[in-house]
Amino acid sequence: MNGERARRSRRLLLSLPLIALAACATKSPSILSPKGPAARTASSIWWPMVWVATAVTIFVVAMGAYGVVRGRRIREEDISREVSWGDRFILIAGLGVTGAILIGFFVFSVARSVSLARAEPGTQITVIGHDWWWEVRYANGAVTANEIHIPAGERVNITLQSADVIHSLWVPELAPKIDLIPGRTTHVWFKADHPGEYRGQCAEYCGLQHAHMAFFVIADTPDAFAQWMSDMARPATAPATALAQQGQAVFLSNTCIGCHAIRGTAANGQLGPDLTHIATRQTIGAGTVPLTANDLATWITDPELFKPGVTMPPTTLTKDQLNALVTYLLGLGFPSP
Amino acid sequence: MDLVETGKPGELLPNVASGARSLSWWGMALLIATEATLFALLIASYWYLRFRAGPVWPPHGIEKPALGLPLIMSVILWSSSIPAHIADRGIQNGSQVRLRAGLAVSWLLGLTFLLLQIVAEYPHSLKVAPPSQGSYGTLFFSLTGLHGIHVFIGLMISLWVQARAWQGAFDEHRHVTVQNFVMYWHFVDTVWVFVLATIYLSPHFI
Amino acid sequence: MTTLADRPGERLEQLWAEEPGLGTWLSTVDHKRLAKKYLYTALVFLVLGGIEASVMRLQLAHSNLKLLDPETYNQLFTMHGVTMIFLFAVPIFSGFGVYMVPLMIGSREMAFPRLNAFTYWGFVAAGVFMYSSFLIGRSPDGGWFGYTPLTDKAFSPGPNIDFYALGLIFLGLASTGAAINFITTILKMRAPGMTLNRMPIFVWGELAMQVSILFAQPALTLATVMLMLQRHWHYHFFDPGAGGDNLLWQHLFWIFGHPLVYIILLPGLGIVATILPTFARRPMVGYTWVVLAEMATAFIGFGVWVHHMFSTGLPSFALSFVSLTSFLVAIPSGIQVFAYLATLVTGKPKLTTPMWYVLGFIFIFVIGGVSGVMTASVPLDQAVTDSYFVVAHFHYIMGGVALFPTLAALYYWGPKIWGRKLDERWGKISFWLTFIGFNLAFFPMHILGAIGMPRRTYTYASHLGWDNWNLLETIGTFLMGVGILITIVNVVRSARHGEAAGNDPWDADTLEWATSSPPPDYDFETIPEVRSLHPVWDQPELKTGTQPPEMGGRPLAEGHRVLATSLLDAKPEAVVDMPHESMWPFVLTVGLMGFFYGALTRIAVVAVLGGFLSLVSVVGWVWPRGQTQEM
Ligand code: HEA
Ligand code: HEA
Ligand code: HEC
Ligand code: CUA
Ligand SMILES: [Cu+2]
Repeated sequence: MNGERARRSRRLLLSLPLIALAACATKSPSILSPKGPAARTASSIWWPMVWVATAVTIFVVAMGAYGVVRGRRIREEDISREVSWGDRFILIAGLGVTGAILIGFFVFSVARSVSLARAEPGTQITVIGHDWWWEVRYANGAVTANEIHIPAGERVNITLQSADVIHSLWVPELAPKIDLIPGRTTHVWFKADHPGEYRGQCAEYCGLQHAHMAFFVIADTPDAFAQWMSDMARPATAPATALAQQGQAVFLSNTCIGCHAIRGTAANGQLGPDLTHIATRQTIGAGTVPLTANDLATWITDPELFKPGVTMPPTTLTKDQLNALVTYLLGLGFPSP
Repeated sequence: MDLVETGKPGELLPNVASGARSLSWWGMALLIATEATLFALLIASYWYLRFRAGPVWPPHGIEKPALGLPLIMSVILWSSSIPAHIADRGIQNGSQVRLRAGLAVSWLLGLTFLLLQIVAEYPHSLKVAPPSQGSYGTLFFSLTGLHGIHVFIGLMISLWVQARAWQGAFDEHRHVTVQNFVMYWHFVDTVWVFVLATIYLSPHFI
Repeated sequence: MTTLADRPGERLEQLWAEEPGLGTWLSTVDHKRLAKKYLYTALVFLVLGGIEASVMRLQLAHSNLKLLDPETYNQLFTMHGVTMIFLFAVPIFSGFGVYMVPLMIGSREMAFPRLNAFTYWGFVAAGVFMYSSFLIGRSPDGGWFGYTPLTDKAFSPGPNIDFYALGLIFLGLASTGAAINFITTILKMRAPGMTLNRMPIFVWGELAMQVSILFAQPALTLATVMLMLQRHWHYHFFDPGAGGDNLLWQHLFWIFGHPLVYIILLPGLGIVATILPTFARRPMVGYTWVVLAEMATAFIGFGVWVHHMFSTGLPSFALSFVSLTSFLVAIPSGIQVFAYLATLVTGKPKLTTPMWYVLGFIFIFVIGGVSGVMTASVPLDQAVTDSYFVVAHFHYIMGGVALFPTLAALYYWGPKIWGRKLDERWGKISFWLTFIGFNLAFFPMHILGAIGMPRRTYTYASHLGWDNWNLLETIGTFLMGVGILITIVNVVRSARHGEAAGNDPWDADTLEWATSSPPPDYDFETIPEVRSLHPVWDQPELKTGTQPPEMGGRPLAEGHRVLATSLLDAKPEAVVDMPHESMWPFVLTVGLMGFFYGALTRIAVVAVLGGFLSLVSVVGWVWPRGQTQEM
């Protein structure tokens, strides 16, 4: 009996992440369910425009249908060549009414968007686009990848740059898109009403893995955010077990250090994501797969399996080395205070 | 001038035409319109990149373009429009001499311009700022190069027109080819005004 | 009574006929033969582009499918976009123009017949050039607008982008030639009496299209030449490290790219405005306004390009200005749609297949137009740009305008071109399949864009709620594919076995119906003299297929000649000798093709040989042989 329950609860426990995934899941990142003021601008323009668009379409269909139906009834001889109201109708509907609606749209959308352009102080974050991942830097020296933590209810100002080609930062529920263009610096701000997780994705075609260049914006309570930011700024946790120490040695003696930094160790590569606190992240490869021991091992030996064309090369390691390395990396959480 | 029947009772129409009555004149005019757009866009690109580059232009370490030779070249090129014009007018009045001499002189002047550009101006500029240097050299050579290509094409067309002129293909009615070529040549010379102002003069004054 | 002996037909036949056979198949300068080639070639490219799209849709039918690897997918969507725009939409409208414009304006040829041949061959060669990239698996993969730096050497070292850039330069030569040819033809060769305000709307549409090409094409040519120079010859236009700027590419591309979309729209609307009055049994209401609207669209279209760059971080003042012009450019479209509606409600619409396609088009165009208007709002566009919402917008409007008027025109002008009517019953079936499939395929894209699906992604995750809409789209695509297939089969069968059409099966008003179907080599037995905007309705003598000289018809049977008339009021000015068939346009194309392959492979010998052959053929082309129009 007891064993049965234990097994059942273990199974439940195991499936929890799946359930959690499914829950945050089936939910699409929609511009129509804005979770912050910057995104509300767009949705507040969307609906009025959709209604007018629908009305215009219905009017056109109705008038066309009326013409067809009326045509059934009249005789060809009755068609008169001159239509007294023709030109007047075209001008009133096509120039007058259409023009008024369009000018209205223009004024409306400019008015709605003034607030978007206003500069205000806020938490400063720098996001740098890479093929095909996101580097995220904070003013206090915290560096991470593919996850942008922000304080909920507060404004964050994001400065964007690109390390290679053009990317575009898009968090449908939080903000308008903005491109990351090599040689230029662009800006966007947003604010999440409530704590939560918001999916974002690269929106400018940037080559092979443009499809797998997602990221998450994670809005914490301001306190939790402050804690997170200072944790993130700290150097990596020292490996606790012998296995993890062995893993660190594997990491430091392999090509990994050419590309990855683990602050507090000799690894200082800049080509790939900073791995100092990799274990705190949810996914590997910019949202491509959830971060689990298995997938991490697969990723290290052959990242192309998940992300064909990825710029990280495969690495050949013995089973033991790999195991140690994965243990080490998964131990890179936040140091306990 | 030949007049031919159209078949409508009593109607006779010429079967040679020149100027805006001729189809090929329109062809040339439209070609020039699209070419002019091409130059305008390249010149706009120059100014676009130039203003993005900041206040120092040419960029640090590159001397401003020397003006002496380009101005001499300009005078030569522009003066080539005069004999071209004389040739055009000449044949309209039936003068084969003015046609042939005008074309030949304008051809020689155009050739002088091109040779000066290739043997005297370019070697110097290549030393100062080759295209690989950066946007300045790039714009310098693409704009002057595009113009140079047009001069070259103009010289080729001129050769053909001159050959036809020596065969006696043109007279006071039949001369739209000359007209078209001269129109093209004036265009090439006019564009140079803008190229000169942009490439050579503007770094000194703006 | 006119007797046979009075008829100039026989004499004209001798003057205008081209010997059939392989020789003239390559050397023909007859606008009708060239136009048919244009149409068939463009339809082949439609099928190719459609197959590419169908394969893409299969890959996207469900999340995480592995039918295509990302590299193939990226090549497919790029080639699909390039094909549909440059090798299908633009050429098919040029093709209809090459066939119909000389007929509609009552002439016998285009102004420059050999140029006409060259622009056709150039189009084919550029298409073949770009498609040959599939042979080595290195097709362009930078998207149809090829943004730098992705297309620069550093990120695309292979020849993929060279195929794209060189192909577009090559194609640009051809389209510029066609533009010059069309504009000259339309301005200078209209039948006597066809003053500008009696010119059919389709001809206005072609004029607006070709004028736009004339001024837009240089931007694309310039940008692609710059790209080639930067990729291979150490020039620096776009790389910020050396003083260049990536946005320069975007500006140049869209200075071309936005006018381009109207280049596709304008002739399409011209076709609509031709077919609609015919079957509404009345003249177009507001002819003048429709014509002004076409021209206004072409003009304003040059001032809106920055709306493709709303999320590049440009100053908001500039964005607002372009937002305004983008809103306003919808006004002329509105004017035209309301003119269609006024024509429909004051006429007696006859629901033939072409009419169904036109009605379907109006519906689709309005939806595509209003979604375009939505993206003209800066903040809304920043939300939906580069998402499937934009894909929905441009398929509704561009796919709509390229497909529906084209299909309508095949059914409408088919009888003129092949002398036989297309099957009506299959026509209607094809319409409903295409129409329903189209909406199924593209309407859900609006929703997908709004719920966050970015474009140009070869796959997507399963938990995002995008699966079902995508499946629906894929199903719609195949319905539409079947619909189009039916039309193609219908064309092939009816062209041989269809019901004979007669001169004027639809009882239409424009001049192409005032001659036999298909028209004789010389188009018109007599060059008609036009006294109305609706000549065939208002001048009964035209119904017979010839206008006798005493009513103004000019046989012009003394030579291989056409009439040149004055620009505004079409007064006869001169008689112009037309060149006969010539091999040189084809040879020139071969030479250029060699040149471009040389540039691609960077094997100098090939390029030089190609260049030399081109030069020889230019000399051959202009070599004086008797008296031609050049004199
Ligand atoms: C034939 C092609 C075609 C046509 C005609 C149009 C027409 C229009 N387009 Fe579209 N457009 C494209 C093809 C076309 N477009 C393509 C290919 C792209 C994407 C390129 C890419 O990124 O790959 C694009 C992208 C595009 C964008 C950029 C989107 C983005 O990338 O973020 C924008 C933004 O303003 C835009 C706007 C418009 C507008 C305002 C019109 C207007 O001209 C529409 C006017 C018509 C109507 C409005 C309907 C009829 C009018 C009435 C019935 C009157 C009443 C109406 C009202 C009161 C609203 N288009
Ligand atoms: C005139 C322009 C035009 C036309 C007509 C079409 C037609 C179609 N297009 Fe496309 N499309 C573009 C222009 C056009 N497109 C452009 C410019 C892009 C952007 C490219 C880029 O991002 O760079 C694009 C991008 C694009 C995408 C987005 C890719 C991406 O962003 O990842 C998709 C996806 O569904 C798509 C689908 C389709 C489909 C299903 C059709 C259908 O309408 C096709 C229907 C036709 C056929 C199916 C062929 C004919 C029939 C047969 C051969 C019979 C047999 C076939 C079957 C039974 C299937 N197109
Ligand atoms: C040539 C550079 C390079 C080398 C060598 C390299 N990587 Fe990477 N690595 C990258 C890049 C680039 C990414 C981001 C890839 C992406 O998401 O598209 C990455 C991603 C990762 C990630 C996922 C990070 C995240 O947050 O998504 C891990 C973990 C990782 N690498 C571990 C390693 C290990 C362990 C090694 C050595 C055995 C290694 N890498 C060697 C470049 C490299
Ligand atoms: Cu980065 Cu798309
Ligand atoms: Cu546009």
